[in-house]
Amino acid sequence: MSEFLLAAAGFILLTVAVGLVRILRGPGNVDRTMAVQLLGTGSIASLLLVAAATGVRGAEDVALGLALLAAFASVAFVNSAAPSEPDNSEPAAGE
Amino acid sequence: MSTIADVFTVVAICTGSFFFMAGTVGLLRFPDALTRLHALTKADNLGLGLIVLGLLPQADGMLGALKLIAVWALVQLAGATVAQLIAHALLRKRPPT
Repeated sequence: MSEFLLAAAGFILLTVAVGLVRILRGPGNVDRTMAVQLLGTGSIASLLLVAAATGVRGAEDVALGLALLAAFASVAFVNSAAPSEPDNSEPAAGE
Repeated sequence: MSTIADVFTVVAICTGSFFFMAGTVGLLRFPDALTRLHALTKADNLGLGLIVLGLLPQADGMLGALKLIAVWALVQLAGATVAQLIAHALLRKRPPT
């Protein structure tokens, strides 16, 4: 069973690594962020598989941290992509 | 009983790997950013979801299974939020015609 889990981890990592070609091709920074997001999710899946295959349960904690960091990275990108947009929500319109 | 659990694990992980492959192919082949976002969220939800589901019978005890589910829930929440934010950023950059 552990050989199968390791093989699946390697396959997923290879697949999302191929997805990084999108970083080279672009065209926009949004597409690059999406490729990194997919890499993050694939790495989490691989780490969970490795944790189950080798019995090193600490890898699950690494996956948890990676999930947190991937979310922060994307939120930071969205913030930096559009810093100065006028806030046209309801309370501002009433003034 | 153990054999049934192993077969379940193999099937779920194979299906999850397939969805990761489909997400990558979609990310590389789809024509514009919103369709690529669609492919990405499918890989996030179904790929990782099926792999966590397949690993649940292999987890050691209730606590290990709960931790797997916690990782999955965190990725779900973060993925949904990030997909909304990215789609919003895309629409802001390119106003609807």
